[in-house]
Amino acid sequence: MALSQIIFLVIAAATLVAALLVVISRNLVHSALWLIATLFGVAIFYGFLSAGFFAVAQVVIYIGAIAILFIFSVMLTRRLMQDNSPQINRGWPLALLLAILFFGGVLGMYNTWPEFAAMAPEMAAEANPLEQLGLALVSPNAYVLPFELASILLVAAMIGAIYLAWEKK
Amino acid sequence: MIPLSWYLIFAAALFSIGLFGVLSRRNAIAILMGVELMLNAVNINLIAFWRYRAVEQIAGQAFAIMVFAVAAAEVAVGLALVISVYRRQNTIIAKEIDMLKW
Repeated sequence: MALSQIIFLVIAAATLVAALLVVISRNLVHSALWLIATLFGVAIFYGFLSAGFFAVAQVVIYIGAIAILFIFSVMLTRRLMQDNSPQINRGWPLALLLAILFFGGVLGMYNTWPEFAAMAPEMAAEANPLEQLGLALVSPNAYVLPFELASILLVAAMIGAIYLAWEKK
Repeated sequence: MIPLSWYLIFAAALFSIGLFGVLSRRNAIAILMGVELMLNAVNINLIAFWRYRAVEQIAGQAFAIMVFAVAAAEVAVGLALVISVYRRQNTIIAKEIDMLKW
């Protein structure tokens, strides 16, 4: 087994354990911290997939903004969910069954696909995916419309969030 | 070299964990954390398919960017809603937020 495969397996196992702890921790602050660990693992995978820009964006957007937002809102709402009340609802065995069934179903579907175990094609030496991405996002022939729609969505979400969380006197 | 299947299995496992979290947690903030895990799993799939199947096209990366933007918008609005509900109802347990139920 090659070294890169061993590194992959170690990081994958650590990330999945962290994700599991996000879901089952009793203390929500711990959940948020494990969420940061999971997001770091995913960022490393973006690096493996030679999408360095996404590794950086993952750290900046997810860990720098979203995870911190989670920690703030946990601290703003924490008083009521103290640790003696149950954190998981009564229907959790059904939820577990559904999640396992989903996982099994997806794996079964993948197994019918002949190119499931494909290897990565070599990237051309002069290929520059970041430049390509930047050009595609502003080119009228490619993705300028979804890109602008995404920015409108972000502005709308920001105004909506400010309005919703505003304390009315 | 790592085959495509490893990334897909990892992403499916991450998505299932997130799904379990969304369905089983009582706290609204914890439910949003589960949604974040699921969005991350989808993003890994998008980038992995871009790298392994269509490396000369850029669609996979472009849509991963869209997923980032949607995730940021979703979490901002979701947490603002949670805080607003907490102020009015003094609870963030998803089952007790039933103002719209007659």
